[in-house]
Amino acid sequence: MKLLIELFITFIKIGLFTFGGGYAMISVIENDCVKQKEWITDDELMNLTVIAESTPGPIAINCATFTGYKKAGIIGSIAATLGVILPSFAVIYLISIFFDNFLEVTIIANAFRGIKIAVGILILDAAVSMAKKMQKDILSTAIMICACVVMLCINIFAWNFSSISLMMIAAAVSLTVFIIKDVSKKKAGAAE
Amino acid sequence: MIYLELFLGFLKVGCFAFGGAYAAIPLIRDVVLSYGWLTEEALTYMIAVSESTPGSIMVNVATYVGGAQAGILGAMVATLAVVLPAFLIILLVTVFLKTALKNKYVQAVLGGLSPCMIGIILATGLYMIFKNCLGEFSSPKLSIESIVITALLLIAMFVYKRIAKKKLSPIMLIVISAVIGAVVYGI
Repeated sequence: MKLLIELFITFIKIGLFTFGGGYAMISVIENDCVKQKEWITDDELMNLTVIAESTPGPIAINCATFTGYKKAGIIGSIAATLGVILPSFAVIYLISIFFDNFLEVTIIANAFRGIKIAVGILILDAAVSMAKKMQKDILSTAIMICACVVMLCINIFAWNFSSISLMMIAAAVSLTVFIIKDVSKKKAGAAE
Repeated sequence: MIYLELFLGFLKVGCFAFGGAYAAIPLIRDVVLSYGWLTEEALTYMIAVSESTPGSIMVNVATYVGGAQAGILGAMVATLAVVLPAFLIILLVTVFLKTALKNKYVQAVLGGLSPCMIGIILATGLYMIFKNCLGEFSSPKLSIESIVITALLLIAMFVYKRIAKKKLSPIMLIVISAVIGAVVYGI
């Protein structure tokens, strides 16, 4: 029960500070779930990010469900998922009642413009710390650089190409290289 | 029956919204416009609000539309519907994850996906910082305030790390950025 409450409260906190949704929350999760509570490992977070990206739904929900399940089964996953949605639910519901033009309050709009900058920095920070932990063979590095360049072009020139297709290509390349290596290893083994 | 419509509409969004916040916008647009829940302008405003409030865009839109159409119960129905697919899928993946992850072909696939993911995140972060400071690529507009704030935040992170010997927590960074934003943009 204590663990359930802890999961619930931690994910409320994570939900409360996930602006813009998506990648920025990875650094919040890394800080809370990996470093402080040690609920999940860095590897698990990496796999989870990949899985979150290739399944429907926001990363926030995916992470909460996974961590909750790992620590306390189905009930844990429900507690963490409800926790992570609760803050945005409450905030948006209040907005839908009270403020028709919430962002027209100048000081609030300015504060949010500041937050937008922090979000960019957080995303970059998350990427850099993930890149540091990555295996540094030629293939991985090449895939990372290509993905980064293509994604920049998608953003800048508004290319109609989804990040999902990009990931499918990366997976296909990696799998093909693996199979080719595997086969040539077997051939070499047979030749001896 | 509005509750059923809300549930089905947002279940559809939840099922097919792959690839994070921005990838989901076309789908959200399609659903809310076809049911007549939001106008085009209201949706644009809603996306701006979503970006500046906690939580992901699709969950925020679901809560907002549900609340506006059918009160608190509507908000709950729409929010649950949009979250349900992600919840169930991850639960299934997690249950089978341990055995599946040991397979060497799954490992090879993940070996390609992970660096690609890192590349995508890297690009997104870089693009956001550039966009904040220099404006859209098609209509560049240098923002001195944004550059100053970016620099201040980076300095804050660096100094904190030097002094406290650990990283400034993301939550602190967001709080600091809100204060600096209110001050610098306000001048």
